[in-house]
Amino acid sequence: MIKKVKSELKRRKPVSFENRDKTSTMPFMIPSIAGFMLFFLIPFFIVLYYSFIDNPINQEFVAFDNYISLLRNHAFMLSLKNTLIFSVIAVPLAVIIPLILALFLENNIPGKSIFRTALISPLVVPVASVILIWQVVFDYNGVINVFLDSVGIEAVDWFKSDFSRLVVVMLFLWKNTGYNMVLFMAALANIPLDVKEAALIDGVGPIRRFFRIKLNFMSSSIFFVTILSLINSFKVFREVYLLTGDYPYEGLYMLQHYINNTFRSLDYQKLSAAAVIICIIITAIIALLFVIDNKLGSSVDE
Amino acid sequence: MNKDKTRGKAKIKKIISIVIALIILGFTAAMFIMPIVLTVTNSFMTKSEITANYGKIFSEEGSSAVSSYIADKVNLKIIPDKVSFGQYITVLIKSPQYLLKFWNSVIYVIPIVIFQIIVALGASYSFARYKGKFRNTMFFIYIALMLMPYQVTLVPNYLVADWMDILNTRWSVILPGIFSPFAVFILTKTMQRIPSSIVEAAKIDGANEWKIFRKVFVPMSKNAIYSVAILLFMDYWNMVEQPLIMLQNNEDMHPLSVYLSKINAGEIGLAFAVAAIYMVLPLLLFLYSEDRVLEGIASSSAIKG
Repeated sequence: MIKKVKSELKRRKPVSFENRDKTSTMPFMIPSIAGFMLFFLIPFFIVLYYSFIDNPINQEFVAFDNYISLLRNHAFMLSLKNTLIFSVIAVPLAVIIPLILALFLENNIPGKSIFRTALISPLVVPVASVILIWQVVFDYNGVINVFLDSVGIEAVDWFKSDFSRLVVVMLFLWKNTGYNMVLFMAALANIPLDVKEAALIDGVGPIRRFFRIKLNFMSSSIFFVTILSLINSFKVFREVYLLTGDYPYEGLYMLQHYINNTFRSLDYQKLSAAAVIICIIITAIIALLFVIDNKLGSSVDE
Repeated sequence: MNKDKTRGKAKIKKIISIVIALIILGFTAAMFIMPIVLTVTNSFMTKSEITANYGKIFSEEGSSAVSSYIADKVNLKIIPDKVSFGQYITVLIKSPQYLLKFWNSVIYVIPIVIFQIIVALGASYSFARYKGKFRNTMFFIYIALMLMPYQVTLVPNYLVADWMDILNTRWSVILPGIFSPFAVFILTKTMQRIPSSIVEAAKIDGANEWKIFRKVFVPMSKNAIYSVAILLFMDYWNMVEQPLIMLQNNEDMHPLSVYLSKINAGEIGLAFAVAAIYMVLPLLLFLYSEDRVLEGIASSSAIKG
């Protein structure tokens, strides 16, 4: 039906008119496309090319040698493993916690806007600015260990043990909860009022109301927040670097650490292969999420 | 009678749920702003108080030079014993290196925000006005690249910067920043909502493309432009990865966001003031325009539609 109308419209519109739109709006995108091609797209293909040659001077085709040596490289695999472990822990939390907070904020509670502002404010504060406080709190001689000591629990080395993952997860959640919460609040506000009211009249309890109704309407924003958090979890190097520097505890050695350290030795083919592998992994995960979302969402989406 | 009872019960239930919500939200909110508040209040402590409180953590190296009192146990205090502007005076007058790094941050962020938006406005106009195969493909590639982490984009960026011979100069950070696709994405989504009837009307009035762009599309995207500007500002103000790679051999040009983590033991007495100075700008910007920021974030979720 819609197709019919569309084709009808197309038929009525003079063809030259549309063509004119095409050419006359072309100049507007030239700066953007040119810069994007120059800085991102073309070099990306060069990176792809580099990943298949022995070195930029010789330029001999070596098939998958760079990839194989990368997959055998202990440092790379460690950084990949750490990054994925971090994502698996942090992403679900970065979806669930903001979702719960957004649901709480949906109610009419006193001081709502103050809570909202407080929860979002970490988003705008540079991580570098608060790193000192985190160091004071989690250092071996820091506040938490002083407290643990006073209640007779043995001190924990928060930055140099497996607990360090926990510290970084907390910092990550501190930084990212606000953004995700705003997205959920927007989604909640978009649920049609009559749907909410109908559910209220039917006497559906708050928990069932959430799972039966709200969750359905929010599926696409949950999907988006998951993707966003996943991407952000690959950026957690920033937090780790600021907290612990170039060579952190083994469990915190992230992909970006590997990339940074490889940049120092200027091993282009390895860097290129690493970038391509990460690109493939991210694309695969996002594609998988799209498939899951389509399966789950097909029953409810508009 | 019975009705009153159930109503009363419902009321009590409601009150209880509000109290629970208040406790949870209050606790989380307090935890969230604690690091910010502590950084600010600590910046008003005297140097000796900072050393006494945190000396145990930050003075491992060069401890021989420290002659002042250091408490046995680290002591995280909210209220300073004595409010002092000593840290600020030292930072602003006696230690120009911090101001230089602050200035570096400004020099990176301002052109990136302004020119990314200007460049993106044109592209978004073009994408929104006409949908063809080429433009749809390009837009898809923009989004795909927007989703890629730095580990993927920095290697290509580096190769180009190397080829253009701008490594270790400001341009190597600014130029890739200008052509990053984030603003294109948001502004295209905004401009696509402008009804085509407005374009037709403008055309009938004899407006050319440039005029439609300048007089219709840009003004109608004003809110989105503002939101994007704030989000971009906050993002680049916080950048770490790009300078670490692009300015490897030129630490003088590092922004304060990188330099802050390198404050060494001797300077802990003024580090809080530097940290506070660095977060004041984005924080004020946010508090001043919170609604716009929220709007911008909400519109970033249109990735599927």
